[in-house]
Amino acid sequence: MRTIELSEVTAKIKSMFIDACENIPNNVLEALAKASEQEQSPLGKQVIDKIIENDKLAREKHLPICQDTGVAVVMLTIGSEVVFHGDIYEAVNEGVRQAYTEGYLRKSVVRHPLDRVNTRDNTPAIVHIKMVPGDEFRIDVAPKGGGSENMSLVKMLIPADGVEGIKKLVLDTVFNAGGKPCPPIIVGLGIGGNLEKSAMLAKEALFREIDDSSPDPLARKLEEELLEEINRLGVGPMGFGGTKTCLAVKVNTYPCHIASLPVAINIQCHAARHKSCKL
Amino acid sequence: MIRISSPVDPQQIRQLRAGDTVLISGVIYTGRDAAHKRLCELLKRGERLPVDLNNGIIYYVGPTPAKPGRAIGSAGPTSSYRMDPYAEPLLQQGLKVMIGKGSRSQQFKQLLQQYGAVYLSAIGGAAASISETIKKCEVVTYEDLGAEAIHRLEVEDFYAIVTYDSAGNDLFEQGMEKYKK
Repeated sequence: MRTIELSEVTAKIKSMFIDACENIPNNVLEALAKASEQEQSPLGKQVIDKIIENDKLAREKHLPICQDTGVAVVMLTIGSEVVFHGDIYEAVNEGVRQAYTEGYLRKSVVRHPLDRVNTRDNTPAIVHIKMVPGDEFRIDVAPKGGGSENMSLVKMLIPADGVEGIKKLVLDTVFNAGGKPCPPIIVGLGIGGNLEKSAMLAKEALFREIDDSSPDPLARKLEEELLEEINRLGVGPMGFGGTKTCLAVKVNTYPCHIASLPVAINIQCHAARHKSCKL
Repeated sequence: MIRISSPVDPQQIRQLRAGDTVLISGVIYTGRDAAHKRLCELLKRGERLPVDLNNGIIYYVGPTPAKPGRAIGSAGPTSSYRMDPYAEPLLQQGLKVMIGKGSRSQQFKQLLQQYGAVYLSAIGGAAASISETIKKCEVVTYEDLGAEAIHRLEVEDFYAIVTYDSAGNDLFEQGMEKYKK
């Protein structure tokens, strides 16, 4: 058995959120640079260049890339041989509390969706725990902005809708969202499972690296085709028209009921902030 | 690049066209969902607004807290469509320019024509760069709303793109039509 101190989890969560909000991953910057080269609209290219300039400035001056420092999404992968004493959820929330209050990040969480009073420390986080064999303890974090999350959806398609139905849903969703989710976007697509599983698959898809591709040939084919088709929509950077609406499509799948074809679309803005670490 | 000073000249605002890029200097007020709701409730009750919006500019933003030595934290635009239901009462108070990101309703576009106003976009997510053009920031009212409080900003060369003009032109529609394949 391996013991993990929860104080270490708290400290790690704190530093990871501050780091994520100020430092865009290198592979996201590379994807933006490539998009700038390929963008055919002069205004679109100007917009991408200003985004790149912003991301570099944020890194250099330790400023948040975007004022929407998001809801704190945390995925913990915990090996069955790991032990800890106490409340893991509270350890995570304490890290989030410290990051957002001491790290000059915006508090964007309200205590109740109907009375809408701000909790003033960005808690509670949204925590997902996955159990695996062994003694691994892995933390993945993402500050997730509201503008792109608002453009996301789950739809229960039927098997007859097939790949064409999935594509139409994605293309309609991205087109109707226009500039709202801050394109160029990343699309996380969860296909299969059931209602809640598909949403989780889509979120997990967004936690993948921007430059990877699915090991599953069917999913990979859909990723490639959808990326090309989305970029033909004409939405462009910030919706002003252009050929780079999307930087990457990520498809994650799971077995499902004979009657169902659940599809979840989770949209990620160009500020694709996430960090990972192993304790 | 067109220079605009605020409070704005209504004639200059009417001449702006979708696709123009502008640099704004002067005073702009911030406001998002919660502050808009309160302003409109005041007007409904026949009370005066706590800020003078005549020939004014509202920027839809909820900044991060300022780090020591800086006027404001990161301050990029939020999605504007959520403020559509509150636009008309504020246009009636003389508001001429709204700055945010993303598309808005058809009805909102008609209001711009009716009131000779414009909708500008700042670049979503370019919040650190934008903060460099904000020289001063103070809370005017609704401090309890935190990042959503109404702030008075003094800006210099604040970059924005004319997205809907007062003649009914829409940069989103024009741009998407041009690059759709």
